[in-house]
This record gives sequence, structure tokens and C-alpha cells, in this order.
Amino acid sequence: MDAVAFYIFAAVVLASAVGVVVSKNIVRTAVCLLGTLGGVACLYFLLDANLLAAIQLIVYAGGTLILIVFGVMLTSQSPWVGFKPTRGQAVVATIVALLLAVGIITLTTTADWRPSAEGPLAASPKVADVGNSLLTTYLAPFEVASVLLLVVMIGAAYLARTEK
Amino acid sequence: MSQITLPWVARSPEKLASYRRSAIVRLIGLGLLHVALAFAGFLWLEPFNEAKLADWKIVPVLVLCVGAGLAGLTLIAGGLAVATYERIGRILKWGYNAFAVFLGGVLAVCLIVWLHAFVFELVKTSPSGGTNTIPVLGIPYSLSVHDLYKAMESTSPGIPFDKNVRLTIPPLAYLLWPLQFGLVRDLVAMGGIIGFVSIIPAFGIWWERKVAGRIQSRMGPMRTGGWHGWAQSAADGIKLVFKEDFIPSGGDTLLFKLAVYIVFIPPLLAFIALPFAGAWVFRDLDVALLFILAMLGIEVLGVILAGWASNNKWSVYGAMREACQMVSYEIPMGMSLLIPVMMAGSLQLTAITDAQGGGFWNWFVFANPWCFIAFFIYYAASLASCKRAPFDLPESESELVAGFLTEYSGMRWSLFFFGEYVAMFVVSGLAVILFLGGWKSPIPEEWVENAVVQMGAAENMIGTIIRGLFKEGPILFILKAAFLYYVQMWIRWTLPRIRIDQVLYACVQVLLPLTMIVLLANTLWILGVEHLKLGWLVTVDTGIRWVLVAIGVLTAMGMIGIAMYGYKNNRRLVGSQAANQLPGS
Amino acid sequence: MFEIGLNHYLVLSALVFSLGVLCMATKRNAIGILIGVELVLNSANINLVAFSKYSAGAADGHIFAVFVILLAAAEAAIAIAIFMNFYSALRTIDVDRGDELRN
Repeated sequence: MDAVAFYIFAAVVLASAVGVVVSKNIVRTAVCLLGTLGGVACLYFLLDANLLAAIQLIVYAGGTLILIVFGVMLTSQSPWVGFKPTRGQAVVATIVALLLAVGIITLTTTADWRPSAEGPLAASPKVADVGNSLLTTYLAPFEVASVLLLVVMIGAAYLARTEK
Repeated sequence: MSQITLPWVARSPEKLASYRRSAIVRLIGLGLLHVALAFAGFLWLEPFNEAKLADWKIVPVLVLCVGAGLAGLTLIAGGLAVATYERIGRILKWGYNAFAVFLGGVLAVCLIVWLHAFVFELVKTSPSGGTNTIPVLGIPYSLSVHDLYKAMESTSPGIPFDKNVRLTIPPLAYLLWPLQFGLVRDLVAMGGIIGFVSIIPAFGIWWERKVAGRIQSRMGPMRTGGWHGWAQSAADGIKLVFKEDFIPSGGDTLLFKLAVYIVFIPPLLAFIALPFAGAWVFRDLDVALLFILAMLGIEVLGVILAGWASNNKWSVYGAMREACQMVSYEIPMGMSLLIPVMMAGSLQLTAITDAQGGGFWNWFVFANPWCFIAFFIYYAASLASCKRAPFDLPESESELVAGFLTEYSGMRWSLFFFGEYVAMFVVSGLAVILFLGGWKSPIPEEWVENAVVQMGAAENMIGTIIRGLFKEGPILFILKAAFLYYVQMWIRWTLPRIRIDQVLYACVQVLLPLTMIVLLANTLWILGVEHLKLGWLVTVDTGIRWVLVAIGVLTAMGMIGIAMYGYKNNRRLVGSQAANQLPGS
Repeated sequence: MFEIGLNHYLVLSALVFSLGVLCMATKRNAIGILIGVELVLNSANINLVAFSKYSAGAADGHIFAVFVILLAAAEAAIAIAIFMNFYSALRTIDVDRGDELRN
């Protein structure tokens, strides 16, 4: 059952990622990205990372993606503006990406991941565990991240303001 | 009717009569045969003999007895209908048939919900670890039919009519047995959810039109279907299906079609995590609250795409308004939802509700002043997130034609509204779960029990009904959510639409600082009351809680009083002429 | 094949990573490049969560993934703001014309 679900979600993720790469229209690219993000959220559910799946859906699909679509709508003259790469660029990029994929796959699958790659070792963390370690072990990064978000908020507002 | 001649029907009365006779004979004969078959099946299987209640008999029982019995009854009913069609026609002309059907439907829904809740409770509490296996397939399970039969016979599920008479239905054990398998349970639950979700918009649109009519001293839809135009939504649906399906030529056709589904599927998915009662939830996610929020957030993308793909400037304006309104209102909405999460210490909706049991004074809305404020912040933000007036700027008719809906027509257009009405129910349900005690009864169970005993109705039907009304369960949840749903309509038809700059002002400069203050104050309040246990603060907390409870009780009583006044004086309020002239009055 | 392990997630993540890199390399629209970056970050997240489940079992992987999502959101906000300035200066967001900023 889990295997079937994994293959379905992996197919959704890969198909929409391919859609992101090949689609010419930038709005369609963003919609394909929605498929990838949703598929990855489903994979998180499969991996017992419920909190992360929900965060992925809220922040990525509900926030970042809408921001991106918003950006597209504010910065394009017509829906059909295409910026096609030249054929040479596309070929080179494809070859590099293929090499990269082959390389990473061979490296990661042959590597000896020490703590047994056979199955889950311990019970997966619950929401409360994630929250606790976020406010104890990882308190400093958490605070830095919140300061970063504040800086980003002010910076984005400053950058995007209209010149008077 | 007499003028219409159907071309495929022979016109001679003798032939018609012989057709009817043979139809009656065949239908009733086949029906009796089926019933006999079902009866024989039961006798053969001896389902009530304890020793022989073997589990391999379930599939034969379902096929032989239940299937054949139902088919037989249907056939006999068909035969009787053909035999007495003139009388049936006369009965169907009676005025209050529609009302009877409506009431019967409501009762049936209540019964189904109760039965489901019972099944889910039983399955949830049943011991795990399968000791038995199905012979051929080898699937392990824990509850045998015999266990179920015993449980139903001995414990509460029998419906007590009187002290000595109990309505127990042992064959039900055969029907309940498959529900212990996760897949079967999921399919049944999915069927229930889809059915419920289809009822919400159909009922909600009719209800909204009635509410709008009453608020404007009109009657609302009165003609379709008979009693108060109850079939209006069905008629609207049929009309919309047959409308022209228009797709703008300059736009992006694929996205134009896709946008509808991005708007309408996420609210349906929210029902995966939305609990109707303790055991009555599809998946009791530990992050249910975040999941539902995420689903409500994705809907925005569909609206933006709809506006974009329509290639129409009104649509794009509507989409842009929707985007900035939704993205900004999600922040106060999410932050005000954090307050009940802090009170209960969990993101799991069932756990949050369990923290509010035992009387309405334990509901989080009355828990402390910050929760009280947070409830109203959440409600305002949820109106904005459902695009309901006064925040319906994305589709404001007077400025933007119809906003992002301008180019949509027919079925696609109606799917947008389907999504909107389902989302309305989801946000109302979320408010009920987080602030208004979810499916918990407003009165403690002991009080109900005492009252029943005092009335001398402890053992009979009336007592059962009273207990059922105040028993925690999906019915209470649906009633509470329906009340908040009604308040959304009330607000829509009484408040004017506000401008986009006012919308953003209200969010960024009023609600956002307010939620931040409330969040901080609530944190400190909980710290003082529950962890440091400061004496004076605990006293203040208790005092404020009772004041809030008093406000709540007064509000409820005031609303009931106004409603009763309105009901008593409805002729004067609606205008006697209008009320008397309309059909159905 | 029917027993899902760590390697399945690693392969999926590698493929998504390469597609993200390809997307970054082939799009000339600045927002397209941003979307490619999102793909790459998602592939990293898949790895983090998969390792968290199949090796350590602790919450560490999840927390790193939360930080990655947070950074992605921050990055997108800043990037969109920059693209809007870019657009108001050049009336396009073709990154190949970004060198004109020098003037």
C-alpha cells in the first residue's frame, strides 16, 4: 500500500517538475510547481512528517506560490511573453542536468549511509517533539530565522515601494 | 396530460390494460420470489443461532438475504405502484408532500449520522490484533459477527422504547461487520462525506436566498417544488448544466478550465481532517488545524488563475484584489487560531474539542478575554477568506461586473459557488471546534439525566429523544456550524461592501496589531493563571469568565427573543399583502 | 521494488534536483529561475525528511526542512521585490538583459 502511494506521488512530483521545465508560459510553470509542491507534501505525509507536510502546503502552496503568481502578473506585458533559450543553451543545459542526475544517483545509492538504510529505526517524531527541539536545541537558529524574516519583511517592503 | 400522446404507447385501452396487468403480475410475482429467497437464505444461515454465527457467511448473507430482500421489496413496491397509480397520483397532489419529504430527509440524515457515529465509535474502541482470519483471503480481523451480535444485544445500541421493549436488530451485525476493515470504513466514510458536501451548497443556496428574502421583507423563492421553494437549488443546478459553456478566446484555455478545480477541490479535501465528532472523522491528523488552513489557502491560487486566464480586465482586477485580500487576512486568521491551540496545547482538532467538554462555560470563547476577542477576529478573517460580504470585493457586482467570475458561465460558474459554500461550512466548523466546544453538549450530561428522571421519562421514548438531543455528537456540531453559517448570511445581507483600501486598512492596521496583542497577552495570561498560579490573576480570570458567560447567555437569549418576536409578528414585518398574495403562504 | 527504502527517496530527490537545475539554466524569465530554485530546495527537503525517517529518527531533519521552507519563502519575497524593480527599470524581466543595469 505504501509502495503504491509512493510511486503515485513520485510520479506526480516528477511529471509536474518536468512540466515546470518544459512549459513555455510562466503562469503554467507556476501551476506545475503547485503539482510538485503538493506531491512533495504527500510524500511528507508518507514519511510521517505531518507537521512538515502541513507547513509545506501553507507556506509554499498558500504563500510562496501565490507570491510568485502575483509577481508574474505584475511583471509581464502579456500572458504570452516567452523567453525562449537558444537551442545550444538548451542542449548544453540538458546534458549537464543529465550528468548531474546520473552522478548524484550513483553517489547516493552506492554510499554507505551508516545508520542502516533498511528501515526506520525509531518512532518518527511527533508535532510536539519538533516543537520542543525547535524551542530548546535549535532555539538560536529559530531566533535568527525570526530576525531574518523581520529583515526580509522590511527589505521587501522597501524594495517594492513606489518611488515618489 | 390527456392531450399528449406518446408515440411508443399503443392507444387502444384494452392493450394498455393488458400491459398493466402483465406488468403487475410479473413485478409482484418476482418480488414475492425474491422475498421468499431472502427468507430461505436467513433460515439456511441461521444467523441468530450463536454457535453457527460463522463469519464466512457474511458475503452470502449480504448477497442472499439483504440483496434479495431489498430487490423483492422494490419489485413489490413497483407492482403496487403500477396497480394503484391513480391513487398515488392523487396523493402526490397533496400540498404538504414536499414538506413531508423534506422532514423525512432531515430525519433520515440524522439517523444515518447517528448510525455512522455508533459504527465509528465501535470500530475505534474494538480490540485490535486480529485473532481470526477470513478463510479464503486470509485477511486477519478482530471482531467476529458473533462479538458484534453480542455487543448489540447486551449493551446500549438497542433503542429503548419502554422499560421492557427494546428494538434490537441482530442482522445488523452482518452489515456492520465489514466496517472493521480500514478500506471499507474509508469508502463508507468517503461516501458519507461526499454526500454531505453535496448537500451543503444545495441547501445553503436555498437557505441564503430565503434569509436574504426575509431580511429584505420578501419571501424568497416560493414556487419551485411547492413548500417554500425547497427545490430551488435543484432547479438552478439543472438550469446551469444546460447553459452555454463559454470559454474566452484570448485567454489561456487550459488554465481557465483548471482554475475551477483548484478552487473547488481544496475545500472538499479539508473534510479529510475536519472532525464531526470524536470518532467521526476521516483521518484524525495531529496537524488537522494546519491542514485545513492550508486547504483554505490554496483556494486563492485558483481564483487568481481564473482571473488571469479569463483575459478580461475585470477578472484580473478581481483576482488581484482576491490575492492581496487573502494573503493579508491569512495572517490574522492563523494567529487568532493559535490562541485555542495554546489553550489546549495541541494542533489536533479532536484534542482541542476534548479540552472544552462539560458545559458551555468551558468553551474557549468564554475562557478569557483574549480568546473572546480572538473568536471575533477569526470570524471576521474567515469572512474575508470565503470572499463573503462585506469582503466580497473579488466579485463585487457593482464595480467589477462579477470580478474573477465575469467570463465563467454554466457549470464552471456553479462549481465556484459550490467551493465557496463548502468553504463557508469549513470555516464555520473550524470556529465551532476551536471556540464553541465542537460537538460537546452545552449542558453537562448529569443535568440532562437529572432532568429526564425528574420528568419521569427515564425509560421511555421521550427520554431517549431528550438525551439524544443533548448527547455530544455530529448533530450538535452540525447545528452549531449551521448557526455560524447563518450568521455569515446575516452579515452578508445587512452590511454594505467596504472598499479595497478599507479592507487592507482593517487587516494591516487593526486586526494584525490586535491579534499580536491578543497573542502576547494570552501567553502571559496562561503563564500567570496556569503555571505561576498568581492568586489575584486567578480570581480576575474566574470573574471575567463568568462575565463573558453572562454576555454569551444574554446574547443567545436576545437572539432567541428577537427571533420569536419576528415569528409572532411576521405578517407585519413582511407586509401582510405580500405574505397573503404569495403561493405557499 | 515494493519495499520503499531510503534509496527510493534519494533517487527521486536527485531527479527533482536535476530538473530544478535544468529549469534554472533554461529559463530566461527571472521568475522561472526562482521556480527552479524552489524545485532544488524541495529536493533537498525530501532528502532531509527521508534521512530523518530512515536513519536518525529524531526531529532534526524535520527542523532543517522547516528552516529551508522558511528561507525559501523569504527568498521568494525578496526576489519578487527585486524583479519588480528590475521590471520598472527595464520593462522586462529577461535576465539576459540584466547586464544593462551597469549603465
